Amino acid sequence: MGSDALLGKVVTARLAGEVTMKTTIRTTLVAVLLLAAAAPAFAQVDISGTWAQRPYTDSLGYNPGNGPTPVDYTGMPFNESGLARALALSYDTQIASDDRRCVLYTVAYMMQGPQGVRIWAENDPRTGEPISWNFGFGGVLSPLTVWMDGRSHPSKYAPHTSSGFTTGKWENDILTTYTTHLVAGSIRRNGAPHSDEATLTVQWIRHGDLLIVSGRFDDPIYLDGPYHLARVYQQTGGAPPRAFGAPCSGGSEGVAEGTVRHHLPGQNPFAKELTERYNLPMKAVLGGRESMYPEYRKTLKDSYVPPNKCNTPNLRAGIVACGGPGTYPTLPRERP
Amino acid sequence: MRNVTRLTTFAVPVLLAGLLCVEISAQGQGRGSAAPQTAQASAAFDITGYWVAVITQDWRLRMVMPPKGDYMGFPMTVESKKVADVWDPAKDEAAGEQCKGYGAAGLMRLPTRLHVTWQDANTLRMDADFGTQTRVFHFGEWTSPGGAPTWQGDSVATWSPRRVLAAPSSPKARGLKVVTTNMRPAYLRRNGVPYSAGATLTEYFDVFPEPDGDMMIVTTVVEDPIYLYNPLIVASHFKKEPNGAKWDPTPCSAKW
Repeated sequence: MGSDALLGKVVTARLAGEVTMKTTIRTTLVAVLLLAAAAPAFAQVDISGTWAQRPYTDSLGYNPGNGPTPVDYTGMPFNESGLARALALSYDTQIASDDRRCVLYTVAYMMQGPQGVRIWAENDPRTGEPISWNFGFGGVLSPLTVWMDGRSHPSKYAPHTSSGFTTGKWENDILTTYTTHLVAGSIRRNGAPHSDEATLTVQWIRHGDLLIVSGRFDDPIYLDGPYHLARVYQQTGGAPPRAFGAPCSGGSEGVAEGTVRHHLPGQNPFAKELTERYNLPMKAVLGGRESMYPEYRKTLKDSYVPPNKCNTPNLRAGIVACGGPGTYPTLPRERP
Repeated sequence: MRNVTRLTTFAVPVLLAGLLCVEISAQGQGRGSAAPQTAQASAAFDITGYWVAVITQDWRLRMVMPPKGDYMGFPMTVESKKVADVWDPAKDEAAGEQCKGYGAAGLMRLPTRLHVTWQDANTLRMDADFGTQTRVFHFGEWTSPGGAPTWQGDSVATWSPRRVLAAPSSPKARGLKVVTTNMRPAYLRRNGVPYSAGATLTEYFDVFPEPDGDMMIVTTVVEDPIYLYNPLIVASHFKKEPNGAKWDPTPCSAKW
């Protein structure tokens, strides 16, 4: 073999080696990219299914119960405007008005109402990637759609709706959702208000058969700081969540369309109810940011005397508002 | 030779990809050739520091002493009501049982601050200033030494994945799970709603960032074969504080 031939073989081999190396690198890159593309499928916790609420927090406000006392703003960080707006509201008569009975049922209601939730994903048919997580709450006007595809929130001039506009992202197996573009509604079931500039940030955390929900309302119009609410759902194993009446049904009191019943300043007839029933000072009944923290007890120590019995009246048939055996449906003894 | 080259061309990437998968999986499950990490070293998040209860729900039942006979929020049995109906705080104080309202199963609902520290690399200590209580969470192979039940019981802790039947997406994707038994009979609510010595307390501690600092949500599941006909499940918020400036230890009280 001549030197030229030998050189030719070496060159050919080197070229072949380069080609092989290039192919190897290319294939490796493709494999890594495929893995990276597959990663999001593993990056999400499966929260789909049907979940029942465990109604042991703020139970008087959930079902079963009377609903909360009309003027009970304990632990709420209202500012002056929020408090004035809350005290002006005649909640019961507003939801009995034909044209206003749905007003308060924004998606914020999911943090307060008695309903369970059904959760499902909408996936991209080509990639299988979730485009959205969807939360159907009985009692809320329309499902909460959480966009997972990276889209932006719309302009602040875009229409506001009862469901708002929500995006979400997974981090450390916690789904954090962020809702804007809500119409004005309520953040407690007695009608305590949020404005249409309120935002809602929620962490959805799964542990076994429990779905833990941590919600935070921010409202530059009515709140003096963030307002946190928690609730816990438990998977029902496929059984639908307990059914409740549609929120927009109810008895009409014949209020003329366009009339908004309200209380004038200083004339809310329920303002003293909690004080008379539980000896709570009025300042505590009206809440305020400082009332959320333990040191607030010091301001009550000299003025609060615990009542010697539960004074909550039973406002509806079948309700024992002070609780007791049989208040809640019995569940299977063993957790799934 | 050509076959070998082809094999190398396609086998190497697949092998590399496979190794990558194994590495990710091993990280996720905390496995590897190295010695097992301590609980502190493998912590999913930093739970240490000072935390303050943020009380926005059940306010009048948590922030102040609730009225006798107010049982809303408990799936309580008839036996439980019998006990709660004869609750007498003066009697508790006279018997030296003024800490009955501060037991582990009720403590996270109280208006308290928490101070969390690592007692050692596998033991987490949680102090509460309301009632001056101390809880100790044991990781690893710890087993209870037995003995008389205590207000805060014996707690076994794990870093627990937030997904079912799968490894977490990363070592940080876990919550703190604590199971507590051997608790001295005490109160779920300070107005005398009881839990028994047979109760089991399961808790999940999760921490996540918020714009103004970390927030912790503590989910409490109490199962009691005598006094609860359903598991009692509630969740409570705690906000991280920059320091202990507001730490204010107070003794147990059955009346305030």
